[in-house]
Amino acid sequence: MIVELGHYALVLALATALIVSILPMIGARRGDVALMTLGTTGSIALFLLVALSFGALTWAYVVSDFSVNNVWENSHSMMPLIYKYSGVWGNHEGSMMLWLLILTLFSALVAVFGRNLPETLKANVLGVQAWIASAFLFFILLTSNPFLRLNPAPAEGQDLNPVLQDLGLAVHPPLLYLGYVGFSVCFSFAVAALIEGRIDAAWARWVRPWTLAAWTFLTAGIAMGSYWAYYELGWGGWWFWDPVENASFMPWLAGTALLHSALVMEKREALKIWTVLLAIMTFSLSLLGTFLVRSGVLTSVHSFATDPTRGIFILCILALFIGGAFSLFAWRAPMLKAGGLFAPISREGGLVLNNLILTVATATVLTGTLYPLVLETLTGEKISVGAPFFNMTFGLLMLPLLIAVPFGPMLAWKRGDLLGALQRIYVFAALALAAGFVFAYLKGGGPILSIFGLALGFWGMFGAIADLWYRGNFGKLKFSVAFRRLAGLPRSAFGTAIAHFGLGVTVLGIFAATTFGTETVVDMKQGATVNAGGYQVTFDGMKDAAGPNYTEQRAHFTVREGGAVISDVWSSKRLYTARRMPTTEAGILTMALSQLYVSLGDPIDGGGMVVRIWWKPFILCIWGGALVMMFGGFVSLSDRRLRVGAPNRKAKAVKAAKPVMEPAE
Amino acid sequence: MMGRSRKLPLTLALSPLAGRGDMPQLGLGACGLFPSPRARGEGGGSRMRGFVSRLLLILFILVPIPAFAVNPDEMLKDPALEHRAREISAQLRCMVCQNQSIDDSNADLARDLRVLVRERLTDGDSDGQVLDYVVSRYGEFALLNPRFSAKTVILWVMPIAALLIGILALVIFIRTRPSQRSVAALSAEEKARIDDLLGK
Repeated sequence: MIVELGHYALVLALATALIVSILPMIGARRGDVALMTLGTTGSIALFLLVALSFGALTWAYVVSDFSVNNVWENSHSMMPLIYKYSGVWGNHEGSMMLWLLILTLFSALVAVFGRNLPETLKANVLGVQAWIASAFLFFILLTSNPFLRLNPAPAEGQDLNPVLQDLGLAVHPPLLYLGYVGFSVCFSFAVAALIEGRIDAAWARWVRPWTLAAWTFLTAGIAMGSYWAYYELGWGGWWFWDPVENASFMPWLAGTALLHSALVMEKREALKIWTVLLAIMTFSLSLLGTFLVRSGVLTSVHSFATDPTRGIFILCILALFIGGAFSLFAWRAPMLKAGGLFAPISREGGLVLNNLILTVATATVLTGTLYPLVLETLTGEKISVGAPFFNMTFGLLMLPLLIAVPFGPMLAWKRGDLLGALQRIYVFAALALAAGFVFAYLKGGGPILSIFGLALGFWGMFGAIADLWYRGNFGKLKFSVAFRRLAGLPRSAFGTAIAHFGLGVTVLGIFAATTFGTETVVDMKQGATVNAGGYQVTFDGMKDAAGPNYTEQRAHFTVREGGAVISDVWSSKRLYTARRMPTTEAGILTMALSQLYVSLGDPIDGGGMVVRIWWKPFILCIWGGALVMMFGGFVSLSDRRLRVGAPNRKAKAVKAAKPVMEPAE
Repeated sequence: MMGRSRKLPLTLALSPLAGRGDMPQLGLGACGLFPSPRARGEGGGSRMRGFVSRLLLILFILVPIPAFAVNPDEMLKDPALEHRAREISAQLRCMVCQNQSIDDSNADLARDLRVLVRERLTDGDSDGQVLDYVVSRYGEFALLNPRFSAKTVILWVMPIAALLIGILALVIFIRTRPSQRSVAALSAEEKARIDDLLGK
C-alpha cells in the first residue's frame, strides 16, 4: 500500500509540475500576482510529493519488500541496513528518483529563500525548473518506474552489486547530484533572464550562491567518487578518464568557469552574455552526462545498456532543453546590453583567461569523450580515446592556468598592474620553486620536470597565502594592524584564497604521488618479506572469514620500518554469495598523508599469492586538496553578501544615494 | 574467469550491470572480433608524432608509469626493457574490457597482449614497431592514444583550434569594445544643442 502511495504521489507530482510549468509564467507575462505565487507554493508541494514518493521507495528497501521489482533486483534481506538506504539510488530507477528529488529540492529552496527575488523573475525561474522536473517525471513514469510490482513476490532479492555495497554509495551520488543538478538553478535563472530580456548585476548576485553551492557539492562528489574508485578497484588508480568520469568532470570545468565569470558580472557588470551562455552550457553538460550514463551509448563501465527507449527518451529531453535554451539564447542575447569595460590586464582579464582555458579544456574533454562514438556512427570505424590522450591535451591546457592562478587575485579590477603583481609575488614564486627542490631532495630526487610540477603545487598554495598577505598588507603595516585588516576582509576573499590553496594541494599530491610512488608486484609465500617504499612487508598467511552476505579470504601482512613493527594490514578477496561475484578489498595503511596499498592477486601454484604493493606518498593531498576547495566554497557561501541576499531592485536607487555599507573590493 | 575485473571508476556509480561478472570480459575471441589488419605503409608521420607525444608525456605528469595487472611471471628480466613494455602497455587498449589499458586489466586477452608486447621487445623491435604490429593485428581501436590521421584530425586539432578561436574572439572583443563606448564624434545636431545650452 505504501508503495502504491509512493507511485500515486509521483503521478501527482507530475500534475503539479505541469501546473508550475505553465501558470506562473503566464502570471509573469500578465502581471498576475496570484498566478505567480502559485510557483512558490507549487514548487514546495512538488518537492513534498517527490519526497513522499522517494520515502515510499526507501521504505520498500528498508523492509525488503521483494514484491517490488526494483527492490528485488537490487537488494537482499541480509544486506546491512545502511546499504538498504543507500541501495535505493544504487540502480537506474532509484538514481533517477534521487536526481528528481534533488532537482525539486533546489526548486523548493529557490521558492523559500528567493523571497526578495523580483516576482516575475522568480515565477519564471520556478517555471523553468518545473519544465525540467516534468520532463524527468515523464521519463521516470514512462520508462523507469521503480514502483512496478512482481507477482508472485520472490522470497529473496538478488542483492545489490557488491561494488556498491560501500559507504561510498551513501555519500558519493547524493553529493554528486547536489552539484550536477544544482546547476539547473543557474540554467533556470539564465533562461528566465533571457525570457525577460533583462539581466543585471543583481541577477548575477542571485545566481552566484547557487553556482557556488552546486560547484562546492560537485567538487566534493567528484573527489569522493575518485577516492572510492581508488580504494575499491584494487589497483591504486584514482582517475581513469572513463567517459562517465568525464561526464561529471565537464560540468565541473564549465561550472568553475561560470563561478568566475559570474563574479565578473556581479562586480563589474561585464561578461553578461557570456555568463548566461556558460550557465546554459554547464547544465547542458550535466544533462549530457545523464544521457551518456543512462543511455548506454558509450562503452563505459557505468552504463546500463538495457533499454534503448530510455536512451531515446533522454536524448529527446536533451535536445529539447539544450536546443531550446540555445535557440532562446540566439534570439534574445543580442537584446542584452553589454556591460562594464576593462583593460586586458586586470582582474577581469585574469578571469577571462580562466574562462578561456577552462572552456577549451571542457571542449577538449567533450571531444575526446564523444569522438569515438561520432566517428563510429558516421564511418563505422572504431578508435579509442583513452587516458594518454587526455593526460596530454588536458595537462598542457592546465599548465598555463595553474601558473596564472596566483596572479588573478593580485590584479586590480578594471586596470591591473602585472609588473606590480610580479614584483610583489616573485618572492613567493621563488619560495615555491625552492620548496619543490627541497621536497624532491628529501625524497631522494626526481626528474627535473617533476620537480617543477611539485613547485607548481607549492606555487598554488603560496600564491593563495600571498593573496591574503598583501590584502592585510603584512609587509608594510604593523602586524596587529595588518591582522585586523585581514580579519575585516569579506569571507568571500578567504573563500577564494582557501579554494586556490586547495587547488595547489591537489596539484602537489598528483605530482608527489606519481613521482615518488613505487610499485612492487611479487609472488609471496607465507612468511615472505618484501621491500616496498622503504617498508618491509611480511605476508603472514591467509584466513577465511565471513560477512553478513559474503565470504572472504583475508591475508594478513605485517609492516615494519627498519625492523620495528609499525602496523599490520588486512587485504582480502571477497565472494558475494548472492551474485557469486568476487571483489578485492585492498588493505590500505595510512601514514600521515601517504598510503601503503596492498592488493591481492591470483593464487600461485605451490602456495602463496601474487601480491601488489604500492607506496603512494602524499596521495591523500589529491582528495584533501579537493576538500579544502570545498571548504573554501562553504566559507565563500557564508559571506554576508550572499547570506543577506541580493539587494532589491526597487530599493537600489535609494540605496545608492546613501553611503553603502559594503566592504570595498 | 575469476578475474575481478576492474569494476568501475565510480564517478556516477549507479550501474546495476557494471561489475556483474558477465559483462566486461565476455568472449576471448577478441582476436576474431577486431580483425582489421590494416596495411600501414606510412610510418614517418606516426613516428614523428610518437616522438612529440613521448616528449610531451615526459614533459608532463606521468613520468613514472605505474603498472597494475602485470604478473610477476610475465615480467622481463631486463628492467629497461620491462619499463618500455609497461609504457607501451599503458597505451594499448584491452579490447574486451571497458576503456582499460592492457596494463590495468586482468582479462586473459590483455595478458596475451602483454606477453606479445614483451616478446616483440625481446626480439628487438622498437616501441613504434611494436605499436605498429599491434595495430596491424587489431586495428587502430587498440590504441588508447589515437594516431594523427585523416579520421582523427578533428580530435587532435580541436583543442588548438578552440584555443585559437577563443583567443581570436577575445582579441576582437577587446579591440572593438572600447571603440563602441568611446566617444563617437558629435553629430551636427548634438553640437548645435551644446552650443545652444552653453549659450553660444
